Amino acid sequence: MKKTFTTKEIINKGLLAGAVVLSLSVIGFIALLAERELIKGWFSLGHIFLVASPFAFAYVTTRDMEYEGNAKPLQTGFIIGAVASIPLIVLSFLAVAIDIRQFLSNVSPALIELLTFGQTPVLGSILLLLLFGIIGVFAASFNIIPENIRHPLVNALVWTLGIATFSEILLSRVRSLLGRGLVKVIFSGKSLNPIFAIVFFAAVFGFTIWWDKRGDSFKEKLENLAPAKRKQLSQGQSILLMLVILFLPLILGSYLTEVANNVGIYILMGLGLNIVVGFAGLLDLGYVAFFAIGAYVMGVLTSEGALGLDAGFSFWTALPISVIVATLFGIVLGIPVLGMRGDYLAIVTLGFGEIIRVVAVSDLFKDTLGGAQGILQIPKPEFFGIELVQPGELYYVVLAGVLLAVFIATRLRDSRLGRQWMALREDEDVAEAMGMNLVSTKLMAFATGAAFSGLSGAIFASKLTSIFPHSFNLLISINVLSLIIVGGVGSIPGVFVGALVLVGLPELLREFAEYRLLIYGVLLIVMMLVKPEGLLPDQRKKRELKSEAELDWAEK
Amino acid sequence: MQERIKQIDFLGLILWVFRTAIIVAMLWGTIATVMDNPYSAKAWTDTIVAGIAQGSLYALIAIGYTLVYGVLFMINFAHGEFFMSGIMTATIFIAQPMSASGYLDRHPIIGLLIIAVVTMLVSIGIAILTERVAYRPLRGAPRLVPLITAIGASFFWQYFFQGLYGSEVKPFPQTDILTGKINIGGVEILKTQVIVIIVTVLMLIGLYFFVVKTKTGKSIRAAAENKDVARLMGIDVDRAITLTFTMGAAMAGIAGVLYALVFRQIHFFMGFFPGIKAFTAAVLGGIGSIPGAALGGLFLGIFESVGPGLFLEGLGVPSPHQLKDVIAFTMLVLVLIFRPQGILGEALAEEKA
Repeated sequence: MKKTFTTKEIINKGLLAGAVVLSLSVIGFIALLAERELIKGWFSLGHIFLVASPFAFAYVTTRDMEYEGNAKPLQTGFIIGAVASIPLIVLSFLAVAIDIRQFLSNVSPALIELLTFGQTPVLGSILLLLLFGIIGVFAASFNIIPENIRHPLVNALVWTLGIATFSEILLSRVRSLLGRGLVKVIFSGKSLNPIFAIVFFAAVFGFTIWWDKRGDSFKEKLENLAPAKRKQLSQGQSILLMLVILFLPLILGSYLTEVANNVGIYILMGLGLNIVVGFAGLLDLGYVAFFAIGAYVMGVLTSEGALGLDAGFSFWTALPISVIVATLFGIVLGIPVLGMRGDYLAIVTLGFGEIIRVVAVSDLFKDTLGGAQGILQIPKPEFFGIELVQPGELYYVVLAGVLLAVFIATRLRDSRLGRQWMALREDEDVAEAMGMNLVSTKLMAFATGAAFSGLSGAIFASKLTSIFPHSFNLLISINVLSLIIVGGVGSIPGVFVGALVLVGLPELLREFAEYRLLIYGVLLIVMMLVKPEGLLPDQRKKRELKSEAELDWAEK
Repeated sequence: MQERIKQIDFLGLILWVFRTAIIVAMLWGTIATVMDNPYSAKAWTDTIVAGIAQGSLYALIAIGYTLVYGVLFMINFAHGEFFMSGIMTATIFIAQPMSASGYLDRHPIIGLLIIAVVTMLVSIGIAILTERVAYRPLRGAPRLVPLITAIGASFFWQYFFQGLYGSEVKPFPQTDILTGKINIGGVEILKTQVIVIIVTVLMLIGLYFFVVKTKTGKSIRAAAENKDVARLMGIDVDRAITLTFTMGAAMAGIAGVLYALVFRQIHFFMGFFPGIKAFTAAVLGGIGSIPGAALGGLFLGIFESVGPGLFLEGLGVPSPHQLKDVIAFTMLVLVLIFRPQGILGEALAEEKA
């Protein structure tokens, strides 16, 4: 719905944008990101986050506003941008006047230099004001320019910034896969070469224009293919995908494969929690407990150190035992909470998670679990006599676990039990009235979730070769919860997306790792406010939402 | 039908065994400890007084949970962060400079009052901002939704303040008038503990009268009873909810100052576990009830302080004080299973539980 804004409202929006970017600055986020240069000599990731807030506010405001002619939105964009720079200007003058660092440790000289472009405060402030104003105009112009230019522009911007952001990783992959010569052309230092950036930008721009014109006829051709041919095509796609997954370690190299393994561990946990939270609607905040149990059972059974049982267990014989023990704990901890709902369940499961961790840290079971020192010398898995040491080898263990879990989760979702879980999620009382056995349904959800988490923990222990109780803290539960919420509660592909975004990305951009939980917090709130169904929602849920929307529309 | 009854009995049996086992273990541990008598009478009094002081802090924080739960039926997961944010800010901007310039030693009472006021204002500000951004747009959403945003808000504030002030532990300046002990009825008590207990009692009495006697308090109670009817009666429900958060955050702010006086150091993660413990206290006392929160806090504080020595020592558990948190969480689980309405709470209606 379009609306008109008064000048005061527009200035308020600008101040709000300024408050956001001021917050990002004083917590050190922008200065940290400034260390990652995107295009050599031009700008860094810090600059992108510096202008992101005025850009977003200017764009959204001008999108929603009612106007005639094109001058008004551009003017509004400029005002929002310029006003947004005021808090930062105040900050840079303050930093000159007093030693602000004794209060806010992250207001560093580097930040102030970034904000004033290395100039004197007065000149720097004018430059910043102008830059923000121009960014505001730029954002507003997105609402004015015709679609056939906007789309290629957005595409080119996103792709160029995307490869620039990941240039450090791309660089090492390009070097080992395509040779040094190409590295020189694309990159300069650890960032993108300006000339290549311009060429690439233009190429994406041009390609998108061409695709927008020609793409439709291509798609039409595809749709008019004979059914048999189309089937062949989709089969070909699946085979290609499988081949890529199978040979991923070769493409990724050892560092990225290690990242992929960590993502895989979280996918396993996510699939399990997705059953408990997503399918059955039971909010479990102590999910890390079962991960810890799986890891500890693996550790105790196979460790070659002083704490190991030394009973001849290998990874493969210990694995099912870890899963079974975790499952049993899932049932045992599930029984006391059968009668609880919603937030009470959340806080009690959180308590369980903490109890398990505190007990593991304490001296109570020091002789078996190692107390705060944990368990060391856990052997890596062996496969027909070959010890799987490299990330590229362990990848297949994780992959096997993930594939198994996806298969089980999918089959369960479509089974009678899966439908019972969904009934439980939608309305417990109605489900019971329909004759459903709440006790066994809930316990099955807890047990299955715990089994997945135990499997994940066992692989984790063997992969790391040592476990410490401090690593099994509440934050893991929060990580897993965040990733299924971001991906889409109840959606199996969503777990993959969530894990890639929340676990994979921070490992690729180490700067983000420091602010990981801050970003998770924002993501949880924003997702709930804007897109509660997640990035890749469950089809069934999507259909429900859609049909509701259609009903609403029909009523009008 | 018969199968169903069997199942309920089976479940009931397991829970009964669970309860009996814990009670027997507690009794066994107590008897063994008493027979063994490892601590002097003075050690016990010290433990109990420390427990009362700790319990007072829990009580003050628990008020915030109980008030918000009473009105919105949601666990305000971020409440511990209201507690942390105020005292962090006041320490960095007021207490440390005041101490460095010597003002705090010259005028300790005025200095501490200024710190308390600033702490409360910051806590209230953070609370109102959180409510406005993360909770208000979600009124009427399914109940898990605001809980998730509350978890998000909690982590957001923790790491926001970590970024703002750094992740190291920060000292809270000491004042001469609050160091040392005082003799009350033959028992030596730390002055800070006395202050904590007195301030808590005063705050609780003040709050109780505010909620029960004033018109504003009445509007909050009306909103807690039934928001739609309250609105029909001309009560601004949004304003009542903001007020609820304000009062809870003010109490949390005061608790933050008292915490800093007792423990003399603060850091960005200090709010999380006291927050969860205080929630336990609120549940223990009966969520939604102000005297219940006070009683629950006190109870939990004493239990946590005395418990490891009394129950676990006798059972032969090595270094039992490491398991303090286990006692608190076990109590929470037990209360929720066997008496979800708490010590003083009314029987919770189905939609609240």
